[in-house]
This record gives sequence, structure tokens and C-alpha cells, in this order.
Amino acid sequence: MAGTQINRLSGKGLVDREKTAHFQFDGEAFSGHPGDTLASALLANGVRLVGRSFKYHRPRGILTAGSEEPNALVELRNGARREPNTRATTIELYDGLDATSQNRWPSLRLDVLSVNQLATPIFGAGFYYKTFMWPAAFWEKLYEPMIRRAAGLGYPSKLTDPDHYEKSNAFCDVLVIGSGAAGLSAALAAAKAGARVILCEEDFELGGRLLAESDEIDGKPAQEWARAAAAELESLPDCRIMRRTTVFGAYDGGVYGAVERVSDHLPVPPEHAPRQRLWRIVAKQSVLCAGGIERPILFGNNDRPGVMLAGAVRTYVNRFGVAPGRTAVVFADNHDALRTATDLAAAGVAVRAIVDPRPQASAAAEQVAGEAGALYIRGGIENVRGAHGIKSVRVKDAQGGSKEFDCDLLAMSGGWNPALNLTTHLGGKPAWDSALSCLVPGEDLPPGMQVAGAAAGQFSLQACLASGEAAGAEAAKHCGFSPSALRRPAPAQDRAPATPVWYVENSRGKAFVDFQNDVAVSDVKLAAREGFRVPDHVKRYTTLGMATDQGKTSNLNGAAILAEATGRYLGAVGSTTFRPPYTPVSIGALAGHHRGKDFRPTRLAPSHRWAEEQGAVFVEVGAWMRALMYPRPGEAAQETVNREVSNTRTNVGVCDVSTLGKIDVQGPDAGELLNRVYINAFAKLPVGKARYGLMLREDGFAMDDGTTARLADDHFYMTTTTANAVKVSQHLEFCQQVLWPELDVQTVSATEQWAQYAVAGPKARKVIEALLDAGQDISNEAFPYMACGKFTVCGGTPARIFRLSFSGELAYEIGVPARYGDVLIRAIMKAGAEHGIAPYGTEALGVMRIEKGHAAGPELNGQTTAHDLGLGKMASTKKDFIGRFMGEREALNEAGRAAMVGLKPLNPKTRIASGSHLVKRDAQATGANDEGYVTSMAYSPELETFIALALLSNGPARMGEVVKVCDPLRGNETLAEVCSAHFVDPEGERLRV
Amino acid sequence: MRINCPYCGARCLEEFTYRGDATVKRPESIDESARDAWVDYVYLRDNPAGLHKELWHHGAGCHSWLEVTRNTVTHEIVAVELAAKGR
Repeated sequence: MAGTQINRLSGKGLVDREKTAHFQFDGEAFSGHPGDTLASALLANGVRLVGRSFKYHRPRGILTAGSEEPNALVELRNGARREPNTRATTIELYDGLDATSQNRWPSLRLDVLSVNQLATPIFGAGFYYKTFMWPAAFWEKLYEPMIRRAAGLGYPSKLTDPDHYEKSNAFCDVLVIGSGAAGLSAALAAAKAGARVILCEEDFELGGRLLAESDEIDGKPAQEWARAAAAELESLPDCRIMRRTTVFGAYDGGVYGAVERVSDHLPVPPEHAPRQRLWRIVAKQSVLCAGGIERPILFGNNDRPGVMLAGAVRTYVNRFGVAPGRTAVVFADNHDALRTATDLAAAGVAVRAIVDPRPQASAAAEQVAGEAGALYIRGGIENVRGAHGIKSVRVKDAQGGSKEFDCDLLAMSGGWNPALNLTTHLGGKPAWDSALSCLVPGEDLPPGMQVAGAAAGQFSLQACLASGEAAGAEAAKHCGFSPSALRRPAPAQDRAPATPVWYVENSRGKAFVDFQNDVAVSDVKLAAREGFRVPDHVKRYTTLGMATDQGKTSNLNGAAILAEATGRYLGAVGSTTFRPPYTPVSIGALAGHHRGKDFRPTRLAPSHRWAEEQGAVFVEVGAWMRALMYPRPGEAAQETVNREVSNTRTNVGVCDVSTLGKIDVQGPDAGELLNRVYINAFAKLPVGKARYGLMLREDGFAMDDGTTARLADDHFYMTTTTANAVKVSQHLEFCQQVLWPELDVQTVSATEQWAQYAVAGPKARKVIEALLDAGQDISNEAFPYMACGKFTVCGGTPARIFRLSFSGELAYEIGVPARYGDVLIRAIMKAGAEHGIAPYGTEALGVMRIEKGHAAGPELNGQTTAHDLGLGKMASTKKDFIGRFMGEREALNEAGRAAMVGLKPLNPKTRIASGSHLVKRDAQATGANDEGYVTSMAYSPELETFIALALLSNGPARMGEVVKVCDPLRGNETLAEVCSAHFVDPEGERLRV
Repeated sequence: MRINCPYCGARCLEEFTYRGDATVKRPESIDESARDAWVDYVYLRDNPAGLHKELWHHGAGCHSWLEVTRNTVTHEIVAVELAAKGR
């Protein structure tokens, strides 16, 4: 077939005939030219059948020549780059393009599921609400999968998208959306006045309808004028032209969302180029010149391939040099569409008839018909014959006579609707223009937006040029520029009144309103009979206006049928709500680079590289990667954890604790600020000492805990949990800036600035002493439990040492500037080698904190109070602090509240699952008997039993009681004894040696 | 949405986090007589359609808490001030 292009017209169109682009459709080879769309190239090759419809699997062709296309959806490309539901009418042809039709099996011409057409009565409006009501169990297993297989669009590739996507910002004075006659005029007027202009065009060529019409401007063919205007804009320094860029949404603050299809017109994106780029354009002013969308007139079998909007027919003839048929009938209720007959005749296509459904005969139409050699008939299309493509149409005339015309193309037009979608994105409502019989932009436009050309209901060429120029100049003026006087006077008569005809009454067969969703005139009427009156409700009930085209060619016809069926004025019925995006935007573009490992930044601890060398297994903790454990060859996970815990408790271990939040608090009022954010007192903490603190939310529930050390009178160093580091930092800034700006204190996060290691175990002191420079003393007498101070280590490196312990052993936390973190962990390991040092990960850390009964994330879960955590007595009664007043509410301090306890299973080998619920020993596992739940569990190698922490009603008073631990998810029940949460060294003697 | 931070200039929404009503005042008293004021402060918020003074934190910028006057219907921002006024 390659090279035939039987419908290509000689001497017409803008495609590059010097070059050939080879492509495949459904495996068959074709050729076209650069400058074609897939749709124009298919039509050039005589291909009219391109898809099957959503519900009835009816054969469908190409209806339009733009992004409003409801029918011609194809799967573009293959393998990992396959993209479903792309519109053949906007796909730019390239050499090697491969596309496949959708929703058919086994093939496009022979589709087994077209038997759905025979079941048409079942598939009426709201069919899935009515037909598949019961039995309910069948819905998920049978009905839904069946419907989904039968009705549908294309299939996405399930492979990872190999291309990348970008996000970018742009700023301008004037954003011009659309580059037809109005858009080019607006951009020229604004740019020549000196404004920074961005001109966005969804097509790959500038010109809009100018490319599609045989008009003249200033004595030049419109296509030539458009080219000259584009060239002039290119030459202006502050005008940026963005082709293949759809402005899909208007947002507040002059922000517009746009997607640029950078590489969709190429076989694969060039190296380092994205497939698409998402733009956030910030514009002081905007001029919407999005043009218009032609609407159909509805009649029986109006969805047959070969039925096409009249404007699209002219686009194929004039822009692409393609005859969409050889013998045509024109069916239109307006003057504009008559040009179709003229252009077709000029291109050598036989025009059999112009059919005019308006009540009055039109002399102009009759004249055009005469010139084109066509009959002029007042009447309507009664039926269309030819399943896979029109063979003939039957025309019923106003006198009741009926005549069959052989033809392979029916060009229809019911007039034009302004593409005003963006004007309503911020909540504005379109207004009904009764003279034009269409919705036009309302008065409540997005701030800074003007509308010009067909988008404003200014349909004539002269009106487009004049309104575009005026809007561009006005926009420049609003930005402080002085545009020169307008060249083009507004035409006297720019609003030709319309006599719209929405559908042909009593035509044969299904007359479709929404081609994409297979919604027929009868479905809208049925919905009206069933009580639906609002277009947005009819949309949801019938699916009219849903899916990829969002009813661009169907909404108003649907509303008109609804208005008629409910006996109301169309202007009062209105339209559905338009929301962003104007056309579909790929998830890839919205995600940009945020996928895979770039989904969000990963934070690496200072010892990360060293830990990798040790074969550490890592775990994500917030954005951090922390070492979970350091397994040795042949070790099972539990063995590793047991070894790391035991070694720390008998020799010495080291753990990177740099991920904990670290906040520097400085200033004369630093102590006072801490006094107000912690429940316990800090103002009088001596220099050189650290203290555990708990902070509450203002509603009295625990927020976070940690230790804070006083390094100087006016300098505290706070630590937070890893998870809450950002939240606590923000909280302190809130307290200091909003609540108490009179306090002389500043806070700043130091998490990234300090690498910090916990060295824990009976031999920890020996390891630290080996690192210390000479003449410094960390003996128990000079540097007791909870001491802190500044030291130097490893030959002059400044270090902060804190005698803190989370593990319950003799322990030191040693901090050095982050850049020394890697060096220090290696130095610690070297110094500790003779003492049997081994690193431990967060798993062992967790075991040891559970053995010591320290609350952590699972206990600080936003529902626990100081009382619940057993820390109620810590709260100061001498000062106000965040959460004090509300925390003292009676219900937050009742003995019956679930409070933290330890649990030991009666059988030490029985694992207690976190999340298990607790009931009395003999009670049944029901919600009514629920007395609390398990928050954390671990195996204690020292006690040789599983242990757990739990929140148990009245827990502290129930020591020794046996409760039932219920895990209904896994179907387990076990008995456990309530005990103190301090399983190991309850007196804390090991800390103080 | 963009917020014109007094320190950093007009910056986009992603750099900020929202806290809520900027007009509520933390009660100074912790006496029982202040209970209603505390309940108001912690739990009760107006939800106006129109201008609203609210607190935003510029966490990906200067870390200032800002008092932003925003129209909740249109998102239009009419004023931005530092919450710690006069410091």
C-alpha cells in the first residue's frame, strides 16, 4: 500500500511533499508526509474505519481535525512506550510511527463484541444501575469484570516508562493562548508594545483555523499571513512561542498549567530530552484565543465513518491536501459551513447536495449549491447506510419526500461553540447568547484574563483579527506598556444570528450525541423522563460528556435535548462544569522527575558508606536510610539482632544516631523557651548537664520526646525523634515567632551539621577514652550519667560528648561536625576492636529500648498523654507550658485510661504480635471487652523470652495479672503476664557505673 | 497559589505549610476560669467565605511564620506580614 495515498490532492495543503513518512496502522504499512497528522495520513490512504465505540463496538471513523476528537482514539507506539487513547487527529506523523486501533477483537473490521449492538435496549441510560442490581455478590466477581472487558478504551503499557518528564516555570507579562487569527493578532499587539509575551499553541503549526480556510487577509492567503505573523513574532526578542503546548488549566494568582509535548512527534526522545514538560506559567495578563469547536447535528446512524464535521473536512482539504471522500453531501444549518461545498468542489470532490434543516430557505446557500454543482434541499438526513463507511445517505425534504444520495462523505455543521473552558476554571459561569445560540464567556473571568476571537463568540475572520489586536493591546496596557493605535476597526456586523438545529426528528437508527460514550438522543430523553434535569446529573447518569474528550462536541447538543424534553429554555438549562485539564495530561508529566528513587530525596547518615561496606541492611525511616542490622554471613535475621544486642550488653556496640533531630537553641531566654515547650523544667538545668524532656501538643497529648543538653548559659542543644525532627523545629519556630516573640531566643536545625554516634556497653568508656585527646577526663566522677561537654578527639577534632543512654547500658553519644562522621565511625571501630565492639542497627536499638521500657513512635502515637506513658509525675506544676491546661482535663488523667505496661507471654517462646488487643483472661475477644493493645514487641536475648509494651486500661495497677492477647487478623490468642515495662536493669544501675 | 514572603519574595505554594487561623490568641491564664477561652483556642475555628487571616510557615525558605490575609473563595492574597511583628 505504501506510496499510494489515493486521496491526496495535488497542489493543496502545507505538508512537505518532498519527504515521505512511513507508518503502520494495525500492522499495515502506509505512507504520509511530514506535516500530516495520523488522521490526515490515514484519510489520504483511504482509511476511514479507525476504531470501535466504547459500549456497542460500533465502527467509528474520524469526526474532527483537532483535540476535541471523540472517536479516533488509538494506541500509539508499542512496548514500554505504548500510550492508549491518543487522538489520531493530534498525533503528528513521523517516520516509523506505529498505531493500533482499540476496543476490538479479533480485528477492527471483524469485532465479535459488536453483538452488543443487538443488546442495545439493555445498554440504555444508567444501564449499570438498573441491569446488574443483584445478586450483589455478582457485581465484583462477574458483572464488573465482564463490563470492563467488553466496554473500554485502550490498554496502557504495563512496563516502566523509559522516558523522562520535566517540570518548569515560566513568567511573562501577557500569555496568549491559541495562535489563530485572534491569537496571532493579540501576541503581535502585546509584543510590539514591549510586553514579554508567551504564545502557546497546542498544534505543531501556528495559525489555527487560518491553516484550514481558503480566506484572505490584507490581500494575502490566510496561510501566508499566518506564516508572516509567526515570523514577525519570532523576530521579537521578548516573545516566546511554544508550539505543541496545551494550556490546560487556569489557576489563582495568574498561574496557568501547560503541557509541552517535547518529543511526542519523534520516534524516541533525543538523548537528555524529556518526552513532555509540564509548565507552570505565571502571567500578569492573559488573552484566551482558543477558538471554537464545531457542533454536529444529530441524526440516525450519524456515527458512521465518513460522517465528519464540516470544518474538519475543510482542514483536511486545505491544510493537509487530503480529500476525506470523493462524493460528498453537506448538511448544515449555518452560512459558515457552505464554504465546505465551495472548497470541496474546488478540490474536485463531487458535492451531491447541500441539505439545510432550517425552516426558511437560504438564498446564499442556494447560490453556493449552484456554484458547487449541488442540489439545494431543505430537509434533514434521515439515515446513513454503510457500516464500515458511508455508502449513501437518505434525505427527507421539507415536503415529506425522501431521496437517497450515494456518497462517501457527509460534512455536517450545527454552528460553532466558543472554546471557553478556561474562563470557568476559577468558578465563573458561561453566559447564554441567544442571538448566537451558544454559551459565551461570562463576566466573571479569571483575574487578568481577556477573551478574543471565536472563544469570545467573535466568529468572523475580521472580528477575530480586530478583537485579538484590541485584547493584546489592552493586556499590554495593563502591564504598564503603551501600545500603538489599533490598526483594525471592529467590523460593524460580527455576530451573525444562528438558527440552530440540534437533531433531526424521526430519523432512523440510533442518533448519537456523545460518540465516545455511545450516548444517544434517546438516552438523554430517557434520563429526562426519569427525572434528571441538571446537565451535570445527566452527565453522571448517562455518561454524556465523560472520558477523554469531556463532551467537547456533545455537551451543548445534550443540553438542548434535555431542555426540550423538560420543556425549558436552553439558556436556563446551562452546561456542565468545565474543570482542568482542558485535554488529558499524562500522569508522567504531572509527576515529572518524582518517580522511582527520585520520588523524594533520600537522606544518608554520615556512616552510610561505611555501613554499606559492612554489608548493612538498610531501612527507610522518613526520608532517611538507616542501618537496620549488620548481618554476618550465614546469620538469620533474628540471630543478627540477638548478637548485636548481646554484644552491646556484654562488650560494646556503636550505632549511628545522627538521624535524630538536633536543634540549637540560643539566646538569653533559651531556658525560658524550653520551660514553655517541655512539661518539665529546663531553665535551671546546670551547664554541662542533659535532661530528658517530653513535649505535648496544646490539646494535652504527647507530641515528642528527647534529651536537651545545656552547653552554655545561653546555649541548649535539643534532640528530637527522627520522625518528628521537622515538626518540632517548626513548632519551636511557631512558639518563638508567633506565641512569644518577646523572648530573646533563636532556634535552628542542626541535624545535618552534626554526625552523632551512640557508643554503648560496659566497655564504652574505654573506647571513648581511646579517642579523646590527652588531658581530658570522662571518668564516672568527672563526667557522670547525664553529663555533657565539649571535647577534642582524634587530634584536635571538636566533639560534643553526652552521657546519655537509650540502650540502658553505660553509654556516650559523641558528636562531631558532619564532615568528620565517616572518619569518626572508622576511628571508633578501630579503638573498639580490642574490646569486641560491633555496630548495631535500628532493630537492635529497638529491642534494647523495649527491654528498658522507653516510649518511642508506637507509643507516642498522638493518642497518649504523659499519664498514659507513665510520665505524668514529670509535669511541672509551677509553670505554664504547651498543653498544660488541656492536659489536666480529668478524662486525660483517669486511672482507667490505657497506660503503658510490659507484657511477658506465659510461654516465653510465644511471639506477641504488635497491634494485638488485650482482654481479661477469661473474656471473649470482642470489641466490648477490649482493654488495650500491644504497641511494640521484641525478643529479649537477655531474658530469653518474647516481651512487649502495651497500653492497658488501668495497667500500672494490674501488675502480675494474666491477660489474653488477641490477634484476630492471624487468628491467634495467647496469655501474657502484665509486668513493669522496665524489663532489664529496672534500677538503672548499669547507667551509672 | 503564590505567597509574597517579606524576606524571599513571591514563592510558590509548595515551599509553605499551612497552620490555620491567625486570629486566635493563646490564653494567658491557666486558671479554671479560662476554660472556655482554652476550648476556643484549641478547638474552635471560624470558617469564613472571604478574607481570612491565617498562618503559613515558609519551611523551604526563610523559616518565617507569616500572617497571610487570603480570600478563601478566590485564593487571592491581599496581604502578607511576618507573624513576629516588630522584631
